[in-house]
Amino acid sequence: MLAKLFKFHGGVKPDSRKTASTQRPIAPLPLAPQLVVPLHQSIGGTPRPMVAAGERVLKGQPIGAAEGPVSAAVHAPTSGIVRAIEERTMPHPSGLAAACVVIESDGEDRWIEREPIPWQSMPGDELRDFLRDAGVVGLGGATFPSHIKLRPGDKPTHTLVLNGAECEPFITCDDMLMRERAGEIVRGALIMARMLRVERVLIGIEDNKPEAIAAMREAAREGVEVVAIPTLYPAGGEKQLLRVLTGVEVAAGRRPVEFGLQCFNVGTAYRVARAIDHAEPLISRIVTVAGNVEAPGNFEVAIGTPIDALLAAGKPLPGTDRILMGGPMMGFALPTTTAPVVKGTNCILVGDPTLLPPPPPEMACIRCGTCAQHCPADLQPFELYWYGRAHNFGKAQEYHLFDCIECGCCSYVCPSNIPLVDYFRYTKGEIWAREREKSAADSARERFEARNERQEREKREKAEKLAAKAAATRQKLADKEDAGDAPAAPATSPAEEAKKALIAAALERAKQQKSQVRPRNTDNLSADKLAEIDEIEARRTQPPGATIEPPESK
Amino acid sequence: MLEALLVMAGIALVLGAGLGYAAIRFKVQGDPLVDKIDAILPQTQCGQCGFPGCRPYANAIADGDADINQCPPGGDEGVRKLADLLGREYKPLNEEHGVEKPKCVAIIDEQTCIGCTLCIQACPVDAIVGAAKQMHTVVEAECTGCELCIAPCPVDCITMEPIPETVQNWKWKYPTIPISRAA
Repeated sequence: MLAKLFKFHGGVKPDSRKTASTQRPIAPLPLAPQLVVPLHQSIGGTPRPMVAAGERVLKGQPIGAAEGPVSAAVHAPTSGIVRAIEERTMPHPSGLAAACVVIESDGEDRWIEREPIPWQSMPGDELRDFLRDAGVVGLGGATFPSHIKLRPGDKPTHTLVLNGAECEPFITCDDMLMRERAGEIVRGALIMARMLRVERVLIGIEDNKPEAIAAMREAAREGVEVVAIPTLYPAGGEKQLLRVLTGVEVAAGRRPVEFGLQCFNVGTAYRVARAIDHAEPLISRIVTVAGNVEAPGNFEVAIGTPIDALLAAGKPLPGTDRILMGGPMMGFALPTTTAPVVKGTNCILVGDPTLLPPPPPEMACIRCGTCAQHCPADLQPFELYWYGRAHNFGKAQEYHLFDCIECGCCSYVCPSNIPLVDYFRYTKGEIWAREREKSAADSARERFEARNERQEREKREKAEKLAAKAAATRQKLADKEDAGDAPAAPATSPAEEAKKALIAAALERAKQQKSQVRPRNTDNLSADKLAEIDEIEARRTQPPGATIEPPESK
Repeated sequence: MLEALLVMAGIALVLGAGLGYAAIRFKVQGDPLVDKIDAILPQTQCGQCGFPGCRPYANAIADGDADINQCPPGGDEGVRKLADLLGREYKPLNEEHGVEKPKCVAIIDEQTCIGCTLCIQACPVDAIVGAAKQMHTVVEAECTGCELCIAPCPVDCITMEPIPETVQNWKWKYPTIPISRAA
C-alpha cells in the first residue's frame, strides 16, 4: 500500500556515514568487573535506592524504585555485590557527579527469578505500573518514562507511530535492532497498540536503511504498516516524523496525544516486548561505536558499563581528540570517558580533526535567513540568537524558543559559523533557572505571608482570651458585690479595672490552692506520729511571746 | 445661549455620573504597582533593605520612600528590572545594605545545636523545624538564605553554605571561543 507522505519545513542532508558500523551484527560487550548504575536515568523524579552497600544483588533485581508520578525504576544489570551508593561522574556535558549504585560483578550473571506476566488479562493501570517498575523509558534520546505515554488519553488515540527514522549521521543502533530483532519490535508495537486501544500502527524508517525496511516488512502483521520515508535530517524528530507520516502538524506547546497520535522509538517497543514476554527489565541497550575507530559497530551493553570499556571494544585510532555521546548534530562532548553507559546513550562517537573539524571562528550574523529556511520547527533562529545574546529572555520565549528541538540544522547551515544551538541551550538554561528562582520566590512569599498571618492570629487570640477572662472575672466580682451590699463605683478605666480584676482573681486562686494543698509526706503516718505533728503545728501557730512548754517525755 | 449652557451642563452631569459610577464599580483594591515591584523582589525576606520583608520594601519603593538599589539578594539584575519597571535611572547596588553573594542555604550543625528554638522564631519562612530541647534542622528547599537565623544562635552552630551545582541545576554556559595562540 502506498501512503501519501508529507513534508516538514526545512531540514538538511548531512552525509549519513552509517555504513561502517553496520558491517557486523550486534555484538554483546563482555561484562565489566564494576558497573556504575546512576539512579537518575530518566526524566522526572530520582528513584530512591532500594539496596545498601554490601548487599548481594541478582541480575534484574530492582535497585531504585520510581519516585513521584514521572519516574521509572532502575535495576541491577548483573549479579554481584553492591560496593557503594555514592556520587559518580555522569555522562553529562557538565561532567558533574550524581548518586550511583556501584555493583561489583561476581561473573555469574545470575538472573533474579522471573516469569512472564498475563498482560492480556491485566488491567491497564497494573500493566503500566509493571512497565514503570521494569524501568522502560523512551530510548530515542529523551528517556521519558514510557508508561505515562501508554495511558489512553481523553480523546481516543487512532495511530501509533514507531520511530525508526534514525536520521542522525553515524548512529545505527536502531537500524541494526530492526534488522536483527524485527519480530520483537513488532510484538512490542502490538502490545502498545493494545494498551492505547489503537487500530493502526505506522513504522517510519528512512529510505537509506533498505535492509531494516525489508526485515520490518517481513515481520509486520495485520494493522502494522512499514513506511519508507525520504532521508532528510531531522526526520527522526517526533513532530517531524508525525508530520511526514500523517500530515498532522503538532501545534506549539501541545503533545501528539492531543491529536490522536502517539510516538515511540523502535528500541522502546523492543524493550516493552522484552519486559512483558520475558519479564526482563531495561538493563542493557544497543550502543553504536563509530567515528575514528578501528572496529566500528553496535554493541549490546549492560547499563552502567564504563564508556571506556565500550571504547576499548571499538579501538579508537590515533588522532582522536574528543569523544561525543550522541551524534555529530545533537551530541555533546563527554568531559570524561569513565562515566557509565546509561539508558539514554545511543552512540559513542569518536572524533578526530578531519572527521569532526573544530568549529571555525564565529563571525557576525549577516542576516541571510538561511537558518530560518532550514529550521524544521519553523522558528526564526537568527531572532532567537539576537535575543539570547542580548539577554532578552522574555522576547526569546515570545519567539517560541521552547519549540526548538536543538537539532542543529541552523548551526549546520550558518555561513558565519555561529553555534546557534549553543546560544539556544544557554538561553533555555537561563530561562529555566529564572523560572526556578521565581517559583522559589513565590513559595517563600506564600510562607512568609502565612507566618505573618499566624503570628497576627496568635497575638489576636491571646488578646481575646485575656479579654474574655477579664470579663468573666469582672462578672464574678460584680455578682459577688451584688450579693453583698457595697456597690463600688468604678472610678478607674476599664483596662485598669480588667487588670485589677485579673490580679484579684489570681490571688483568689492562689489562696484557694494554698488552702487545698497539704504536705504530701504526712499521708501514710501512724496515729501517734500524726498526733505529734498536730502538736508541733499547734505550737507553731501560737502567737509569739507565749510560753513554750517542754515536750512531754515518753 | 441658555440652551447651550443646559446641554453642556447636562453632558457634564451625565459624564460625571458615569465616571463616578466607574470609580466605585471598577475600584482596584491595593496598589497594583506594589504587586509588580514585589514580584521582582527575590522574597528572601532578609531585611537588608531596612524594611521588615520584601512587601514593605515594595510599598516603600512605590511610595518613593526607598531607593531601588537596596536589595543585595536581588542583585544587579533586580535593580535593572526595577529601573525598567519604574522608568528610573539604573544605579549600582548601595553597598550600605550589603553586597550580592551567591545563593546560600543555612545548615545547622546538629551536633552543636542545643535546641533553644531562637532560630525557629527568627526564620521568616518557617524553614527550620525542631522543638525546645530537641535538635533543629533546616528544610533546605524552603530556605531563602536570608541569614536571619545566624545572629540569634547562642552556640553559633548555623553556617551558610553555597548551593552546589548538580546535574539537575547545571546550565549551559554562554558560548565562548577559546583564544588559541597563532602559530
